[in-house]
Amino acid sequence: MENRDIPTRHEETLDGAVVFNVPFPKDLKDLAGMAPLIIKYPYHIDYIHSYGQDSPFFAGLANRRLLGTRCKTCGYVFATPKMSCMECGGDCEWVELPQEGRVHCFTVCHFGSEEFLPECPFVLALVEFEGVNTLFLTRLLGVDPARPSLDWIGMKVRAKFRRLSRFKPTDVWFVPA
Amino acid sequence: MRPVYAVTGGVSKFAKARPDRTFQALVKEAYDYALKDIGLEPRQANELVDGTVGSYFSDHFQRQLMSAIMVQDYLGLVPKPGHRVEGGGATGGLCFQEAWKAVASGTMDVCLAYGFETMSHVQTWKGNEFIALASDVSFDYPVGGFYSGYYAMMVTRHMKEFGTTVEQMAHVSVKNHINAVHNPYAQKHMRITIRDVREAPMVAWPLTRLDICTMSDGAACVVLASEEGLARIEKAAGRSFPKVRVTGIGRGTDAMRMSDRPHQSFEDFYRWNSLPNEQDADSRAYYKDLWDRGFRYPGVHSFRAGRMASRQAYRHAAITDPLNQIDFVELHDAYTSSEIQTYEDMGLCRYGEGGRFAESGLAFLPGIEYGLDLPQKPKCPVNPSGGLIACGHPVGATGLMQAVFAIWQLQGTIGRHFGNDRLQVRGARRGAIHSHAGTGTYVTVSILEKED
Repeated sequence: MENRDIPTRHEETLDGAVVFNVPFPKDLKDLAGMAPLIIKYPYHIDYIHSYGQDSPFFAGLANRRLLGTRCKTCGYVFATPKMSCMECGGDCEWVELPQEGRVHCFTVCHFGSEEFLPECPFVLALVEFEGVNTLFLTRLLGVDPARPSLDWIGMKVRAKFRRLSRFKPTDVWFVPA
Repeated sequence: MRPVYAVTGGVSKFAKARPDRTFQALVKEAYDYALKDIGLEPRQANELVDGTVGSYFSDHFQRQLMSAIMVQDYLGLVPKPGHRVEGGGATGGLCFQEAWKAVASGTMDVCLAYGFETMSHVQTWKGNEFIALASDVSFDYPVGGFYSGYYAMMVTRHMKEFGTTVEQMAHVSVKNHINAVHNPYAQKHMRITIRDVREAPMVAWPLTRLDICTMSDGAACVVLASEEGLARIEKAAGRSFPKVRVTGIGRGTDAMRMSDRPHQSFEDFYRWNSLPNEQDADSRAYYKDLWDRGFRYPGVHSFRAGRMASRQAYRHAAITDPLNQIDFVELHDAYTSSEIQTYEDMGLCRYGEGGRFAESGLAFLPGIEYGLDLPQKPKCPVNPSGGLIACGHPVGATGLMQAVFAIWQLQGTIGRHFGNDRLQVRGARRGAIHSHAGTGTYVTVSILEKED
């Protein structure tokens, strides 16, 4: 029985050798059996992202305020801001959300996208607020990622904010209240 | 709308990486197979095809825009009409339905639907990033964008609401992996146990690596035709084919952000989302009790889009009792948990009963040794092919792969295509295919039936 904790292979990386030529057959018919040539191509971009009509939410986080929106027509309240109501199509206005809520559901990510790999394991949670119709996606800190429990669902949590804003939704996170 | 027949299809070998072929050549591999199966040369077929619909999810994986036109010219189908469809994981299902529309509407007599994805061009971690870009990049992605994480959050809510267990989810993994042992097209051939699933590395609690499908390179295609189109194909081939007709088409959508999913009342659920088999007093009492205990629909545990797609497709195909009227289902099991959620959306059981349905045996195939103690006999095999979990998930090809396997099931030709008939659903007359995007954002359900 193999011991799953002992690695049996190297991790694949993209640090290949640089090759400037390859062998070539005399008879072109032999090309049918040629192995594929695989090259590495760098692909980096700086992207200009505008938060557009949602910008006040991020300004709110920078000022330790958690903002949602409320439909001026039907009163539906969005914990993650939407300026157009999904329920009735009406216009929404900004409202301040409570900074305490409860865990609606969660997970512990042990792997993830490249950008977040260094932060693994981390806890993702959707938070519900009293009197608010939708949920809010956030990181949950102050719980042990090695000991997840369904009992975390329903747990009271409160918001904490970065002092030095990055103008990202991670400027706010939640901890057990 | 005119009757639409699914005439033939092909699937390339799905693999972690197919550096031996570019995406155009992968589609050609599937297309050549589909043509060979009905005895047509490419030159003959290309005269008969009126146009195409192309399917691939992400431009990022190819680092190439307008990839579909490169497939179109590689297959020799320019200057015939064609376009690309995209809708996340449901891209293949949408493509199938767009091709159906082209034929049903009378725009084309023969339409080729083709799809592919080549995901091996970046490492898994970067691929996760590309896929997570299919979540709101202002509010979701930056928090830790990771699709397995999103689905794992649905799982914990499903477990909390209904008592669903990780062992019930593992039953899905065992079923689909062991089915795929007999499917030569599958990426994975693994005979696994519940324990293997639970002891595999944890990815996003409680989902392990064996609860989750993998990234793949692959392609698939399907030829749809009107009665006239079919007659022309049969004339060119010099023989007639077993008839498989597309009898139902349904689609639904839901909000991109999981956090925006509503929590509807009992009355709204019954008005908008219930199925014909949920109208009896017993079902109403069951659901009333769920609502009394705090259940709200769809929340994050259920897929309203999947239910909407099922409702439409069932109405179209006159299905009122899916478990008893559908002989097999190929559904989008990107996660074991989403297969369980989809049992409920498709009405194979009621909301909240998916976990118990998974371990009941009803969704298993007869005559296959799963190493499990299953209390009930198979009734409606789900993912007899092995599904995404074992076959792989080259996104744009996946929904079409399901269509190809469904066509072969209804033709009774699984034995010929797989080299063994262990996965052939005996006497299959009606099958459903289900394609699913995002966190349940676009979902399609299509019904295919054998016609005598």
